[in-house]
Amino acid sequence: MDFTRFMNKFNEIERQLSPTSALRLSFDNISPETEEPPDGNKRLWGVPVPPFVSDKVVSWIEEEFTEAPVFYNGNCVLKKVESVRMIDRYNTKNPTVGTLYLTATHLIFVEPESNKETWILHMHVASIEKLPLSTTGSPLLIRCKTFLSVTFVIPKDSECHDVYTSLLKLFQPVSINKLYCFNYQPAKDDYPKSAGWDFFKLEAEFKHLLVPNDNWTLCSMNEKYELCDTYPRQIYVPKEATTLMLISSSRFRSKGRLPALTYLHNNKASICRCSQPLSGFSARCLEDEQMLEAIRKTNTNTDYMYVVDTRPRINAMANRAAGKGYENEAFYENIKFHFLGIENIHVQRASLQKVLEACEQKSPTMSAFLNALESSGWLKHIRSILDTSSFIANAVDKGVSVVVHCSDGWDRTAQVCSLAQLMLNPYYRTIKGFQALIEKDWLAFGHKFSERCGHIQTDAKEVSPIFTQFLDCTWQLMSQRSEAFEFNERFLLILHDHVHSCQFGTFVGNCEKDRLDLKLAERTFSLWGFMANHLNEYINPLYKPNVDEAIKANLAPQCIKFWRGMYCRFESGIHPREPLGDLLLDSKEHTNSLEDHVQHLSKRIASFKSYISKSAKKLQDATSTNTTKVAKEVTSTPNEINDNKYNYDKKLSELSAADDDHPLKANNMSFANLSLSAEQSSTPQTLPDEIESVAIDWKPMRNVTACSCSTPFDQFSKKTHCWRCGDIFCERCIDKNVSLPGHDSGKPVPVCRGCFRQMQKQSP
Amino acid sequence: MEFADLIKTPKLDGVFLHDPQPQQHANPATVGTLCITGHHLLLSARQENSQELWLLHKDIDCVEKKPSMSQNVVVGGIITLKCKDLRIISLEIKYAKEFLNVSSSLEALSAIQNAELLYPFFYRPMYSILEDGYTMFRPELEFAKLISGVGMGGVSSPNVANITICMPSTSSTSSVCAGAVSIPHPLQNGFALDAASALVGGSGCGAAAPACEWRVTNINKDFSVCATYGATLIVPKAITDEQIVLSASFRDGGRFPVLSYRHDNGATLMRSSQPLSIQGIKRCRADEAILNLVLGRSKKGFIVDTWGKGKSNTETDLHYSQWKKVNRSIGNVSSPASILDSFAKLIDACNDTGCSTDKWLSRLEGSGWLSLVLNSLNASCVVAQCLDQEGSPVLVHGAKGLDSTLIVTSLVQIILNPDCRTVRGLQALIEREWIQAGHPFASRHRYSCYTPHQTRNKTSGATFVLFLDCIYQLFTQFPCSFEFSTQLLILLFEHSYFSQYGTFLCDSERERHELNVHTRTTSLWSYLNRPDVLQTLLNPLYEPNANVIWPSVAPISLELWSELYLRWVIDQRSVATVMSQIQELVTREKELRTQALKLRKQALELGQEVSALMYNADTA
Repeated sequence: MDFTRFMNKFNEIERQLSPTSALRLSFDNISPETEEPPDGNKRLWGVPVPPFVSDKVVSWIEEEFTEAPVFYNGNCVLKKVESVRMIDRYNTKNPTVGTLYLTATHLIFVEPESNKETWILHMHVASIEKLPLSTTGSPLLIRCKTFLSVTFVIPKDSECHDVYTSLLKLFQPVSINKLYCFNYQPAKDDYPKSAGWDFFKLEAEFKHLLVPNDNWTLCSMNEKYELCDTYPRQIYVPKEATTLMLISSSRFRSKGRLPALTYLHNNKASICRCSQPLSGFSARCLEDEQMLEAIRKTNTNTDYMYVVDTRPRINAMANRAAGKGYENEAFYENIKFHFLGIENIHVQRASLQKVLEACEQKSPTMSAFLNALESSGWLKHIRSILDTSSFIANAVDKGVSVVVHCSDGWDRTAQVCSLAQLMLNPYYRTIKGFQALIEKDWLAFGHKFSERCGHIQTDAKEVSPIFTQFLDCTWQLMSQRSEAFEFNERFLLILHDHVHSCQFGTFVGNCEKDRLDLKLAERTFSLWGFMANHLNEYINPLYKPNVDEAIKANLAPQCIKFWRGMYCRFESGIHPREPLGDLLLDSKEHTNSLEDHVQHLSKRIASFKSYISKSAKKLQDATSTNTTKVAKEVTSTPNEINDNKYNYDKKLSELSAADDDHPLKANNMSFANLSLSAEQSSTPQTLPDEIESVAIDWKPMRNVTACSCSTPFDQFSKKTHCWRCGDIFCERCIDKNVSLPGHDSGKPVPVCRGCFRQMQKQSP
Repeated sequence: MEFADLIKTPKLDGVFLHDPQPQQHANPATVGTLCITGHHLLLSARQENSQELWLLHKDIDCVEKKPSMSQNVVVGGIITLKCKDLRIISLEIKYAKEFLNVSSSLEALSAIQNAELLYPFFYRPMYSILEDGYTMFRPELEFAKLISGVGMGGVSSPNVANITICMPSTSSTSSVCAGAVSIPHPLQNGFALDAASALVGGSGCGAAAPACEWRVTNINKDFSVCATYGATLIVPKAITDEQIVLSASFRDGGRFPVLSYRHDNGATLMRSSQPLSIQGIKRCRADEAILNLVLGRSKKGFIVDTWGKGKSNTETDLHYSQWKKVNRSIGNVSSPASILDSFAKLIDACNDTGCSTDKWLSRLEGSGWLSLVLNSLNASCVVAQCLDQEGSPVLVHGAKGLDSTLIVTSLVQIILNPDCRTVRGLQALIEREWIQAGHPFASRHRYSCYTPHQTRNKTSGATFVLFLDCIYQLFTQFPCSFEFSTQLLILLFEHSYFSQYGTFLCDSERERHELNVHTRTTSLWSYLNRPDVLQTLLNPLYEPNANVIWPSVAPISLELWSELYLRWVIDQRSVATVMSQIQELVTREKELRTQALKLRKQALELGQEVSALMYNADTA
């Protein structure tokens, strides 16, 4: 089809239709009521139309283009370009040649020779750049928020221009209502839309911290977001705090973000967060001072508390001139004030940019790389965030309460509060706890995800890798104390990718109020629901639960490392060739399978033995009642899952239980078990099937270069073993979970399609 | 000389031990009794469960004295011992005389150069030696294995090993996101790849050149032809002893080209020293003859110079027309001491844990250590590619051929030969390519990084440390392909500097021969191969890997060996925990597998019995 014509016409119509969309509306002043709800039925050639396309365009396209549409993998292709060359940095000499497909949601590059596919989600695109024309064609450089950077050389300049302009249109929607999550449908219906939205409740999380209690109470004044619209509805404040104190304190603080409890340690020391006071050079607010005093009094360990300003002193001073600033120690009694020097979002953004430049150097020398890394300052910033978090954690651990703020209290404050909790409390180092931490300190207390991650068209100066840094700091802690974390690196990467992908509604919007207004829980899927179905991929096989209460970060510069796995993730050549994490995780799963099998076999043996002794008795008694009614072995396909919350909790508890008890201990084989198993089945006929259903040996991962479907494996593709035959498959080929007859627990486990069919045959 | 003459204060009470490095801040100074013996420094708190400090004098790199003065009189002081194992210890002594006695004794004892006075000649193992390390790797046997293609040191290597690795032209497929690179990339670094393909050129013929036959020569049995080579050497069969002597006289230090490794495809790796630059000598026909024989049927060979362009001599194009000269220098400066300088800067930076992140990175860069590691790996990959993919013979040299040459020839073997990745294979490799090849351990390791630059003599170096670091890099990229754990590398690091074993004593086979090291001392290998010791040095994740392991040589892929360089300044317990967790996991997996198999058999047997009973019950 004539794509230029299409886009021109499209742009024209789009201009006529909605003049407002051309404006760069910041999210704050869009109220969802003024937007049309997305029309779920809008379909073109049988597939959903990208959200920005209006009805007029659809009808126009239908009229103009009658030819049959092209499909790729079930996605309607808007544009298909042949003989495109894909160049990545280490491979300038031998580009791969293939076909580029542009769909409503993805850019897909397929190399027919090796069956390799590169999928780029439009939402992940950070920038598109048309490079100067070369002899082979017109190069298009695409950089992604996932740190993938790739150049496509398109033979015809006009075609390149088409792809370029349409990508420009597609990659960053103008309105929040047009994000990917409002259109996204999971490929297979394995969990409902509601799954995940109710996993975390702020009240429950605080109950976990034994709040409310004698000192802390739930404040009902923010029920309708009157006190602070970027805070959650439930905020916890000192019992002593009066209504006047709360209102005045909120007015005295930037954006109304008054001091509120975010963490209470078991020694009564707490972490409260807020924004900077509007103190200017001399203004003071007695109620705010009382508020802080009330916070201090909740903790009787010490007669002082810390107020941590995460900004460098000079920045805070500058803010005073604007009528903001910091607490004056002379006015606030019993506080010790600390500046800790984390730079602002602009510095961090520039720093990340330099990191990426360091990674993208063409054939760098060792010194060039180290110099570039040094001048980026990235590791310095990471260290200062960890430093501040350690300061808070140490103070709280020693029994001193801390009030934390930066400017508005939603960037640096969110980083250091959550990291301090990660260091202090082992709960937050579990999968569930980490999600709860994000839910509390990032989602409920407000972080401008839309702007910081550039979800929608926004001021480029508002974009900053604040959440990425939080994950980086978590990774630093993990690499120092890997046994203290339940999750692995993949978990962090998945989080990072989906914070940017907007495939799920979880990270859409900037605060709790936004999310309610957008009705995300009804209209979109939750990331937590999705993750609940993939928990086994996020497990750290070396996790030792309950080893330590608080962990300490080593802040020596030698210990702060560059996270190659994040920022150079897609440079396939530079990573270890034998990825330890994957191998160990695989080993762990194999161990689980064997444990389950051994358990099953032990029960079978016990029941056989009891049968033999019983029948010996029976022969004596000469009773002829047949007690060996065979209970049919259940080889059920997984139960219909209505909500995977149950699954999630169960899986999590299994995961932690797996480390504690060894089912092989002889005393585990109690008599209660015995009689039960004797009832279940003591027929020996099914035994060979049961034995056959569990693979004792799993195919080694090394040298497996492709799945049986001929999809080649690379650094990032997840290789999964079929628990039945032990062979290795790619993610697409291993989508069935069933319980194996040879397993005692009956837990559904991954099997390949071949094995699935065979099992279907066996159990009609 | 009697040790007693040097030890002025053999025993001293009330000595305070400080560890100035941060990790030890937790435990305050311990007070105890200091004993100085002929070979050891001992400090004991003389309490139950208290740690005792045992230090070989040879471990001490430098002694720093800081007298404390009171009214212009020395009233004691602090002696800081900076050790070759990178540790720094301070002893506080409260009396002037003892302070001076102890410090001068330690200075004298740690500076003893007479090898016969060193601890290995006095040490007697408390266990019976099961296998004598000195006879384990006899050169003729090792080379026999090499020539016949049977694996060295350990298991034999399957011949199919390298077939799966493709040529650079086809291996350059790379992918993003969902795509895949299944075949490891020989050289990821763009420019290295360019260089390699330029090198490989148009010939592209992978056919091996099996023409050359080899023989053992004893011409160097009295070390007269080459003082730094061993007594037994392998040369092309058709070369006469006279030709060897001629070739030796053409080469620096008499190090004529000898066989270092023969690859599965028949391609051979040779090493030598640079040709001498003596006026008048333009060519040596005997030397050319050796190389031409090695060339065999292949059209082209490569001469890789590891010592920096213009810094060392190389063969003339005219007389070695079939040999392509390649320069792959490891460092910019042409002396082994410069490697030590770099190492010293690195350790200096590593010990400063209080500095800023920027300063740390700039000092790390300034040390140039990681560049040395990168260059070593890069040069080795180029050589390995020539051998494996071109099937061409390669001669590696550089200056005297005692340092960078050995790094390259030994790394090439680790990359290409799976046997070198086993414990025994590594021992055999170090024995062949370092000890018997004449790396002057005694001179190089006399001083280490803490001795001030001006005090170190020119022959000091840290080449072997660089080699171990390169193995570490390979290990991090292929953590399942090595039979040993990084603990073995650290152990080798220590023993190469100070040891109760004689393996790393002296500068050459000749010196070892003169001192009868082989009969008068115990070999490190005798100790290492004891099953209980070996057990602690194995890698739980090891799965024999018959493939060539092509590492990534992109700067970003290198990792600082913090386990070694930061061992005393950053708590390394977490590494140990991780290792034991892995060990536990792997052991459990194996146990369960065995148990499952056993239970299956038992269940089937019982099942049959039950079936029979049920049948009887039914028919009854």
